Amino acid sequence: MKASPVREVLPQEAQNLIDSGAALLDTREEHEWRAGHLAGATLLPPVEVMVRVEQVVPDKTRPVVIYCASGVRSLRAAVQLASLGYQNVVSVAGGIIRWKAEGRPWELPSNTPSVATNPRYARHLVMPEVGPEGQARLQQAKVLFIGAGGLGSPAQLYLAAAGVGTLGIVDFDVVDLSNLQRQVVHADNRVGMKKTESAAMTIRSLNPEVKVVQHDEMLTDDNVDRLIAGYDLVIDGTDTFETRYTLNDAAVRAAKPVVHASVFRFEGQLTVFVPFEGPCYRCLYPTPPPPELAPGCSVAGVLGVVPGVMGLLQATEAIKLILRLGDPLIGRLLIWDALDGSFSEVRLRRDPACPACGADAAEREAAASGATVTAAS
Amino acid sequence: MTRVRIPPVLRTQAGGQKEVDASGATVGALLADLVARYPQMGEQLLTADGGLHRFVNVYLNGQDVRYLELLDTPIGEHDAVIILPAMAGGS
Repeated sequence: MKASPVREVLPQEAQNLIDSGAALLDTREEHEWRAGHLAGATLLPPVEVMVRVEQVVPDKTRPVVIYCASGVRSLRAAVQLASLGYQNVVSVAGGIIRWKAEGRPWELPSNTPSVATNPRYARHLVMPEVGPEGQARLQQAKVLFIGAGGLGSPAQLYLAAAGVGTLGIVDFDVVDLSNLQRQVVHADNRVGMKKTESAAMTIRSLNPEVKVVQHDEMLTDDNVDRLIAGYDLVIDGTDTFETRYTLNDAAVRAAKPVVHASVFRFEGQLTVFVPFEGPCYRCLYPTPPPPELAPGCSVAGVLGVVPGVMGLLQATEAIKLILRLGDPLIGRLLIWDALDGSFSEVRLRRDPACPACGADAAEREAAASGATVTAAS
Repeated sequence: MTRVRIPPVLRTQAGGQKEVDASGATVGALLADLVARYPQMGEQLLTADGGLHRFVNVYLNGQDVRYLELLDTPIGEHDAVIILPAMAGGS
């Protein structure tokens, strides 16, 4: 006889297992969950345990911590999980009641249905690559947009729709009529309104479950560290070299991934800068070109759909980073030519002499290790 | 002759063409030939002493020539060359 893979443990041991990467399941009813749950838990009511657990925890070798109110339902569920082949399942003895009595931390859910059962995300929830766990990861993610313009607009709409929990937007500008040819997060009746406010209105009407943080200021060397500090990753939709370098250097300091895109007339470029894992913007271009070689869109023009496509590719890369799916465009620059209808790709490398991430980067790297893409960890 | 992809910001200087032909056995010779054909491109690609501006990257078959042999990188007829200066536009 094999030893039973099911054990009952006290809250302290459960906490240790959670800290070392165990999946955390809450097997109570929705109304109980709403009164408070453990951070990082996925709600799996008793009737759903058998049908949904394999979506939530696909890896049956991963340890699972399961709890309910007092430990009765979770022990039953743990036995069910073992029957499905889960190899290491523990039920929290005394449940969340004991957990709270010991003064351990717990949290209230936001005033929304659990993402695991929210019909808004049904098309995500049925995909094993996303599922309730991925959706919860999206909900916990915090993404900062530099700019609510041509690139930021579509990316904000789709990340809001996807259920990314917190969207920060840095923009000091107001909506101008000439923006509306491509900046679809704004609207005709909002000309003159602050872009952060206009974007927040649209996002709230699309998905009120998303928290929008309005940073109504210009990104500068003085505020950049503060602005990016609370976020997991940054979507760069700026249109000047000055802000691109300001953002890059701060992102390297803080080891935050930046999803970068730029557009010009009928073409766009896209890459993902993950500090110390791939190159940064300064590895690519250590110094900006003279202004005459790099006119902005206001001078050169841009087909409205081009930032639309590139902004959505940025949103796609952001979701891949948050869900740790696929191959992010790290060290690869994607070039889209709208007129040819072609994508091409060139290889980007880290410059050992890079003024931002080269040379003495090793110690910063050590200091920042584990700090990249921590959306859900 | 080797096909060279001209970035959007330099197309005016190349008569509006997206791709042009230039010849040369190395990246340096190719760029020199390109500048001889389209002189206005000269100062935007090359420094006064003939080096490649740091804000311009050149890719040979998808690889940055700075990590090959820079201007001495040999080129064959069927190679694909892409010139890519930094691009700022976002909005």
